[in-house]
Amino acid sequence: PLYDVVVSGGGMVGSAMAAVLGHDIHFHDKKIALLEAGPRKEYDHMPDSYSNRVSSISPGSATLLSSCGAWDHVCSLRLKPFRRMQVWDACSEAMIVFEKDDLDDMGYIVENDVIMSALTKQLDAVADRVEVFYRSKAVGYTWPLPSHGCDTSPWVQVELADGRRLQTKLLIGADGHNSMVRKEAEIKNIEHQYDQSAVVATLHLSEATDNNVAWQRFLPTGPIALLPLSDTASSLVWSTSHDHASELLAMDEESFVDSINSAFWSNINHSDFIDTAGAMFRSAISLLKPSGTAVRQLPPSVAEVDAESRAMFPLGLGHATEYVRPRVALIGDAAHRVHPLAGQGVNLGFGDIACLAHHLSAAAFNGSDLGSLKHLLKFETERQRHNVSLLAATDVLKRLYSTTLAPLVLLRTWGLQATNALPPVKVRI
Amino acid sequence: QLSLFRFTVKRPFSTSHSSVDSKEIKKFQLLAQKWWDEEGEYAALHSMNDIRVPFIRDTLLSMSSNYNLGNPLSGIKILDVGCGGGLLSEPLGRLGASVTGIDPVEDNIRTADQHKSFDPVLAERIQYKSSSLEEIVEESMETFDVIVASEVVEHVADLEMFIKCCSQVLKPEGSLFITTINKTQLSYVLGIVVAEKIMGIVPEGTHEWEKFVPPEELERLLESNGFSVRSVKGMLYNPLSGSWSWVRSRSLNYALHAVRAGAPPQPHATDTLPETDVQQRSATAGTA
Repeated sequence: PLYDVVVSGGGMVGSAMAAVLGHDIHFHDKKIALLEAGPRKEYDHMPDSYSNRVSSISPGSATLLSSCGAWDHVCSLRLKPFRRMQVWDACSEAMIVFEKDDLDDMGYIVENDVIMSALTKQLDAVADRVEVFYRSKAVGYTWPLPSHGCDTSPWVQVELADGRRLQTKLLIGADGHNSMVRKEAEIKNIEHQYDQSAVVATLHLSEATDNNVAWQRFLPTGPIALLPLSDTASSLVWSTSHDHASELLAMDEESFVDSINSAFWSNINHSDFIDTAGAMFRSAISLLKPSGTAVRQLPPSVAEVDAESRAMFPLGLGHATEYVRPRVALIGDAAHRVHPLAGQGVNLGFGDIACLAHHLSAAAFNGSDLGSLKHLLKFETERQRHNVSLLAATDVLKRLYSTTLAPLVLLRTWGLQATNALPPVKVRI
Repeated sequence: QLSLFRFTVKRPFSTSHSSVDSKEIKKFQLLAQKWWDEEGEYAALHSMNDIRVPFIRDTLLSMSSNYNLGNPLSGIKILDVGCGGGLLSEPLGRLGASVTGIDPVEDNIRTADQHKSFDPVLAERIQYKSSSLEEIVEESMETFDVIVASEVVEHVADLEMFIKCCSQVLKPEGSLFITTINKTQLSYVLGIVVAEKIMGIVPEGTHEWEKFVPPEELERLLESNGFSVRSVKGMLYNPLSGSWSWVRSRSLNYALHAVRAGAPPQPHATDTLPETDVQQRSATAGTA
């Protein structure tokens, strides 16, 4: 069977891609297939406890999910908007606060399962256009030969584990950072394993609070972040060395909670020198710009951790040198893998979807061949331009904050304080 | 302001197949394989789709009352005259139209047939035939809702005859879309001298400046053969970006949309009967 588009990978990004195309008016009469290796998950009702895998969803991503009708489902399930983000250093008093002047939300913390549930519902709604293949792992791809006017099929052939074969005019690889589509297409991937793992867990706060602030503190071993889930619960994402991560998982719950609180509250890494230098800089700024230093809020303290909610996964950086080939496009982690410290991972993927869907929709309305490189290259150029700078910036931040060396700490302290004082720079971020 | 040049080799479009030059046929056969290489000899024609398809689509959409955006041209019968390898037929087919593509060069039709064969939807919506326009007139009177003659009229031996044939196979109030090259000093300098002799973008001898058609003449011929010209727009090719755009000036390439007049009103039966009788009698007297 011949499909117009086959999306390989049914995670948040792959499912969203299929759902967005399925709801596109110019794809009304097209055939789309979504291949997912795992089984179909039923999300009939959410368990009372929160899942430990959550994502920070930007307003732009929320708009994309709205466009295919999924955001309404997310809102009716559960999510936590946050208004403020406070990021500070463990080695100094430097701090930067992000918040919107108007009363808009900066972003939303949503469990990945909630997003999947919403997307699955919206895929069901367009089942006449989008066929989802569960338990269908792709084991092989055959690319069309470049020369035209020859006798062989011009389509991409996909072979599934159970022997079934599909043909498609466009293959979209949304199969994660170990993307098989990318490997089979022989697209070079620049990758780097960070010597860090992220520890995630669901935490309960000592006392109920508005909890609409996202907290992140840069420790020398890596950033620790507390993302609000509700008035009494928050999600932990603690990037640290592999050894420390294993220790954190192994220790008993009380010690784990103590480590978290101490990570947020302790000033052990401060040095007098840095503190003085930082204070001087801050006074200088307040002379120039009286409103330039924001009020420092205190993060909530943690009382307990959900049993069984601790987990860890390794972190790395990755970027595909090409996002497209004739009849192939990569989106999400298949194209780029980023450190969680910026909370951007899935948002980059949703950004890819918005851009690719825009170009494919225009191509469909022009009667063009969907697999044509012409519009695929436009997608690649737009997204690479955007993604590369973000990946580079995130990587630089990660390295900059991984040290206790005085000069670098001073640099980042002043840098952070200055950035906090300059509205134009903050808005860009 | 560089030019636009024709990437299709000159296709002698004459009233009978026997006037087809065998030298021209050979030129075509060589290039028949190249139609579908988006970056090859026909790159500019491929990218011309980016403006000519929306032009046709939007004009037809604005003239129809209801449509489904998934298949905006569904239910419309289109004749693509001088379809070549099917570069324009396929997008029109994808948008839902039933397309008949004709071209006098058999190799072109063969390439077009083969290319569409891999897509079952297109294979059903598009039919190709190796033929000239004149040859299908008899069996296709008032059959088509739309005719597209893109980069064709500058090759036709008898333009007025061509237009008359278009009128015959078009339904009343059907649309005719033409894209072609103007006959100006500029099109000689850029289209022939620069494109063919200097930059070598177009094979030498592809174009005959004498056969380029100024829009004023095309309009005159159309209006005097039952067509009403609705719009004429200038087109410009940028060889650096490889893309086409709409421009005000028509001194190089241009696109035109015309509509065939509707059926003439029927004479009233009652009061004019005697006059009609007299007229008929004198008419028959004249021809007897």
